Amino acid sequence: MTEPMIEVRDFRKTYGDFTAVDGISFAVNRGEIFGLLGPNGAGKTSTLESLEGLREPNGGELRISEVDPTREPRKLRNVIGVQLQTSGLPESITVNEAMEFFCAYHGVPANYELLDRLGLSEKRKTQYHQLSTGQQRRLSLALAIAHEPAVLIMDEPTAGLDVATRVELHKIMREQQAKGTTIVLATHDMAEAEEMADQIAILLKGKIVARGTPMEITATGAGMTKVSVRTQESSLFDDGVEFPAVTSSSSKEAYRIFFTTDIGPTVAGIIEYAESHNDPLIDLRVERPSLEDRFLEITTDGGAA
Amino acid sequence: MTAFAHHFSFEFRIGIRNRQLLFLMYMFPLVFYLFMGILFAEIDPLFGERLVPAMVVFTILAATLLGMPDSLVKAREDGIYRSYKINGVPSTSILAIPALTTMLHTAIVSLIIIVTAPLLFDAHLPTDWVSFAAVFVAVAFASAGLGLLIGVVAPNSRSTVLLSQLVFLPSMLLAGLTIPLSQLPEAFLSISRLLPATHGMNAFNGLAMGLAADFEPWASVVVLLIGGLFSFALASYLFSWDSQNSTRRGHPLLAILALVPYFVGILLI
Repeated sequence: MTEPMIEVRDFRKTYGDFTAVDGISFAVNRGEIFGLLGPNGAGKTSTLESLEGLREPNGGELRISEVDPTREPRKLRNVIGVQLQTSGLPESITVNEAMEFFCAYHGVPANYELLDRLGLSEKRKTQYHQLSTGQQRRLSLALAIAHEPAVLIMDEPTAGLDVATRVELHKIMREQQAKGTTIVLATHDMAEAEEMADQIAILLKGKIVARGTPMEITATGAGMTKVSVRTQESSLFDDGVEFPAVTSSSSKEAYRIFFTTDIGPTVAGIIEYAESHNDPLIDLRVERPSLEDRFLEITTDGGAA
Repeated sequence: MTAFAHHFSFEFRIGIRNRQLLFLMYMFPLVFYLFMGILFAEIDPLFGERLVPAMVVFTILAATLLGMPDSLVKAREDGIYRSYKINGVPSTSILAIPALTTMLHTAIVSLIIIVTAPLLFDAHLPTDWVSFAAVFVAVAFASAGLGLLIGVVAPNSRSTVLLSQLVFLPSMLLAGLTIPLSQLPEAFLSISRLLPATHGMNAFNGLAMGLAADFEPWASVVVLLIGGLFSFALASYLFSWDSQNSTRRGHPLLAILALVPYFVGILLI
């Protein structure tokens, strides 16, 4: 049974004459990872900051676990955890002091075990500015989840991290999700959103222009599916080779590449052609349009897609 | 330990770990004290009477006006207040704790001066220690309030330096730290009473050092305490967690109201 943890209805945020967010609505269920995507200035930060209780909406309703972020800030602070993109910590605070300080304000005991799990056990007495970027992010995440919030808001959690640390953070996100934590993930990294998010909303000029699972969003685009084929005798390189639904083709190294609007007939045609020319298939790869392709398609045509 | 105690504890340690704060709260006042002690022992033998209060007031000014405001602005610009707000740190703690820890640092430096000044420079010690402590608290409270207010309204680090110097430099010249108030031209006397340091020196001299005050010393203590309350109240009202300092309840110029108790002091004392 789905249980909405975050409910946003007709949310508006303006700054003077400028409308940053223009009446958006969405809901996030318990245990879901919700990706909030959009180019700079799309309204992501205003939405996140309003959910965090930092900004007051100019219209609409926000609820996190039935808490109104604007009217009930004391309740909110124990419901949400926020991993900020920027430090948010004094540069000379030590890892231990930061854990003790934040836990004290949340009214929970310092969770040193979490520091150990996040690979910070040997850095407990190290000052924040002496940590590497990856260690700073892990500390920020530890502080955000130390009081076991029901909702975790993450703003660009893996920006600037190496691959190993990124994978590690994704693993921790999955662990949190398994515990039932709802995660809002704002990111510019489309691969990360595609891999991690259960639901995605793409914001553009303050409006949601696409919403759904990563598969649903990529499936609705006008992007072509790419079929790359390599055969033993290279018969697909012959002049005049055509297949159903193919709109264009090219070649790279030993591969013939076809762009198709309908994958089934195209692949069937390729296999039939190769068999009829006694040319065994060595490799056949099908690549659907990525979330990044779809994101670019949406954001470059102003959301008309 | 309570959240407040944790916050106070690490904020105090940061004052020692942070090189800029360490310099402005410890090194700068102590080096200046040694310099003044050596210099004035030669040119003004009577300076020994007011060396301790003058250097204690200088220590308070350096820490609260030069050290504290910039660290407040930097914390805001770095998004630390944003993070504090999200995690439930109240704005009263954000303002009160740096003020209290700064006062504690100045108390430590003041103790060093009090212990060493008679040995090094044959300086006079207070004749009334209780009054000395009370005046110290009043001066530190008033000056910390002004420092907080500067940190809250300054849009960036550069402006912080400018605003701080608007109080710090006149204090050095007109508050009686180096030149006694009685030797100042008449025109500067009223201006000098707009400064917490002037009231501090007057109260130290009249109530704690056994020297003649230039005007009613208890009135100076009252002005300092009310001035401090005004500054803290205004800093609390104008405080913004926003790193852009764009979401506050009133116009920054309201900060000028912090001078009201000092203006009233000029009229009444």
